[in-house]
Amino acid sequence: MSNLRLQLKEKIIEQLNLEDLSVEDINNEDLLFGDEIGLDSIDALELIVLLEKDYGIKLTDPAQGKEVFESVETMAQFIEKNA
Amino acid sequence: MKKNGYITSSVKLKNHQIFKNDALLFKTEPHISTQDFLKEAYRFLEINYPKFHKMDVLCKLGIIASCVLKEDYPNDTALVFQNASGSEVSDVQHQKNIQDFPSPANFVYTLPNIVMGEISIKHQLHSENAFFIAEEFQPQFIHLYTESLLDQKKASAAMCGWLEANLDDYHVFLNYIEPRGEDIFSAAMLSEKFLR
Amino acid sequence: MRKVYLGNHQIISPLGFSSKENIDAVKQGKSAMQNYTSPIIGAYIAGKILEKNLQEHFKPLAKNEAYTKLEKMMILAVAEVLQSHQEIKKEKIAFIIATTKGNIDALAEENPFSKKRAKLSQLAKTLQQYFGFSTPPILVSNACISGGLAVSVAKKLIQNKTYDHAVVVGGDLVSEFTLTGFHSFQALAKNICQPFSKERTGINIGEAAAAVWVTSVKPKEKPIQIIGEATANDANHISGPSRTGEGLFLSVEKALQEANILTSEIDYISAHGTATLFNDEMESIAFHRLGLQNTPLNSFKAYYGHTLGASALLELIFSHVSLQENMVFKSLGYTSQGTSKTLNMITKTAHQPLQIALKTASGFGGCNFAILLKKETE
Repeated sequence: MSNLRLQLKEKIIEQLNLEDLSVEDINNEDLLFGDEIGLDSIDALELIVLLEKDYGIKLTDPAQGKEVFESVETMAQFIEKNA
Repeated sequence: MKKNGYITSSVKLKNHQIFKNDALLFKTEPHISTQDFLKEAYRFLEINYPKFHKMDVLCKLGIIASCVLKEDYPNDTALVFQNASGSEVSDVQHQKNIQDFPSPANFVYTLPNIVMGEISIKHQLHSENAFFIAEEFQPQFIHLYTESLLDQKKASAAMCGWLEANLDDYHVFLNYIEPRGEDIFSAAMLSEKFLR
Repeated sequence: MRKVYLGNHQIISPLGFSSKENIDAVKQGKSAMQNYTSPIIGAYIAGKILEKNLQEHFKPLAKNEAYTKLEKMMILAVAEVLQSHQEIKKEKIAFIIATTKGNIDALAEENPFSKKRAKLSQLAKTLQQYFGFSTPPILVSNACISGGLAVSVAKKLIQNKTYDHAVVVGGDLVSEFTLTGFHSFQALAKNICQPFSKERTGINIGEAAAAVWVTSVKPKEKPIQIIGEATANDANHISGPSRTGEGLFLSVEKALQEANILTSEIDYISAHGTATLFNDEMESIAFHRLGLQNTPLNSFKAYYGHTLGASALLELIFSHVSLQENMVFKSLGYTSQGTSKTLNMITKTAHQPLQIALKTASGFGGCNFAILLKKETE
C-alpha cells in the first residue's frame, strides 16, 4: 500500500475519532460516506480542514468535496495531483 | 385536576462513579482522566454506539447518563437540563483552534443543548427540549418547568436535572419523571436527591 | 389557565436604538449588513452595532462598573421595557435571558474583560444586579431557538402563577468565535443573504438585543395573546436540518393543538429562513406537510443577519407589530423560488388584515420552535 494512502487512513481515524476502526478495516476503494465507513456531513467539513492543514490544499467549492472524498483512493489521487 | 408526576429513576455521575437510584453501578480509579473514565463506562455499559467517540465531554456524560437512567423512552419524553458552565470545555477548545484551523467537529459542540440533540438521536425522542444555565442547580425552577410540560400534555414523561462539565470537573444528576411511581416529583425531592 | 399577552418591547440593533427606529428601517427595506474584514477569515458580511453609538446611548444608564458590549445592549433593551412598569414590585416579575454565546468575546486574549465574564451564569448575575431583581434570573441557552423559547418559558411561569409578568431579553454578538465557526461550516454567504431564494449561499451573522414584556394583564390597546407554543427535536442530526422537517412539523402541530385552531386560521408566518441551502429547504418541506404553502411568509435575516439567540425574539416582536398594524414586511433578498416546495413569499411590505401569526425557529442540536400569536378584541 502506498504511504500516502496509509497515512490518510491513520489521519482519518484520528481526526474523525473513529475509535472502533483500524487502518486494516478501511479499503482504498471503500465509500467513506456509504455504509462501510459511515461518515456524515460534519466529517466532510473536517476532511476539508484536514486537506488544508496537512496538505495545504484549499477546497473552496463544496460540491467538489463529494468527488474528492468518495474514498481514500480518490482523496489520495486528488492530493497527488494538487500538492 | 392536577396530577402528580413521580421520580421513578435517578442517575448520578461524580468522582468517576456512576450511581443508579443511589446504588453504585460502576467506578474506575479516581486518578484517571475523565475521558478514560467515560470510555471505560461506555465499554462496561456495552453502549455500542460509534458516534459516542466523536462527542465532547458534556455529550458523552449525557449519553452515558441517559443509557443508565432507562433502556427505552416514550418518544415524547421532554428533556429539561441545567448547568453552570454551558459548553465551556468545547468553547475553550474552539477559542484555541481559532488561531490555527477551527474544527467544525468541535465548533458544533459549543452549544450546551447539543447534548439534548445527541440524546434525542440515540433514543429517538421527538420531544420538548430546554437548556438552562445557572450558577447552581435550581430544583424549584426545574421542577416548575418540567411539571408545566407534563401538566399541559406537551410530554408524557421527562428527563430532567443537572448536567455539568467544566475544565476541572463534571457532575451529572438526571431523573426520569412519569405519571406513576412512588417518589412524588417535587422541588424538595429533587433537592434532597441531588444532595444525597 | 391564565391568558398570557405580549406587552411593550425594545430592539437594539445596527438599524436603531429603539423599536420604532427598527420598525421604520425595516419598513424602508434597510439592511444592517455591511462589509468587514477579519485577519482570520478575510472579507465577510455582518450586521454590527458601532461601539461609539452604543456608548452614547448607554451613557445615561451607566453605573460605577464596566459593562461589556453585550451587557450594554441588553441593559438598554431591558431598561426601556421596565420603564413602563415601575409600579410593579420586582418579585412579581420573572427575569429571563436568552443567548447562545453571551460574552464569548471575553475568551479572546486581547479582550480587556476577565475570562470569567464569558460564563453565561456570570452574564445573568451582572444583569440581575444591575436591575436589582430579587428572584434568581433564568437563562436559556438553546441554540438559535433561545429567544423564542425564553418567551415560552415566561408564558409557562405566568400560566402556573409563579409570576404575573416577565421581562424577556435576548442578545448575541458578532464575534470571531462564531464567525470562525460558521466559516469552518462553510455556512457564511459572500453577499447579503437571500432566504428561500434560488441564489442563496448561506447566512450572515448579525448582532442585536431585544426585550419584551410578557404579562397576565391584558394590555388596553391592541392586545396580542400567546395562544400556543412548543418545541420538538428532529432526532436526526446535531447540525444538519432534518430532510423531512420532522421537528419543525411537530412543533407547529403541537402549538396548534394547544391553541386549538386549524392551520387554515394562520394568516402569516415569520419563518426562520437563515438562507443556508438545507435549512430553507427543510422549512419549505415542513410548511408543505402542514398545508401552509399558501400562507404569506417572510424571513428577517437579510435585514438583521442571523442574530442567533436574539433572532427568534427579535422576529417575534415583528410578528407582534405585524398583527397590531395589520402589516406584512417583505422578505428582503428574495428573488425567485429556491426550495423544492413552493412557498407564498411576501415580496412587498403592505397593509393586510391579520388575526393570527406563526413564528418558527430551528437550530443546531436539532431543536425546533413554534409560537402562535392572536389579536384579541380590546
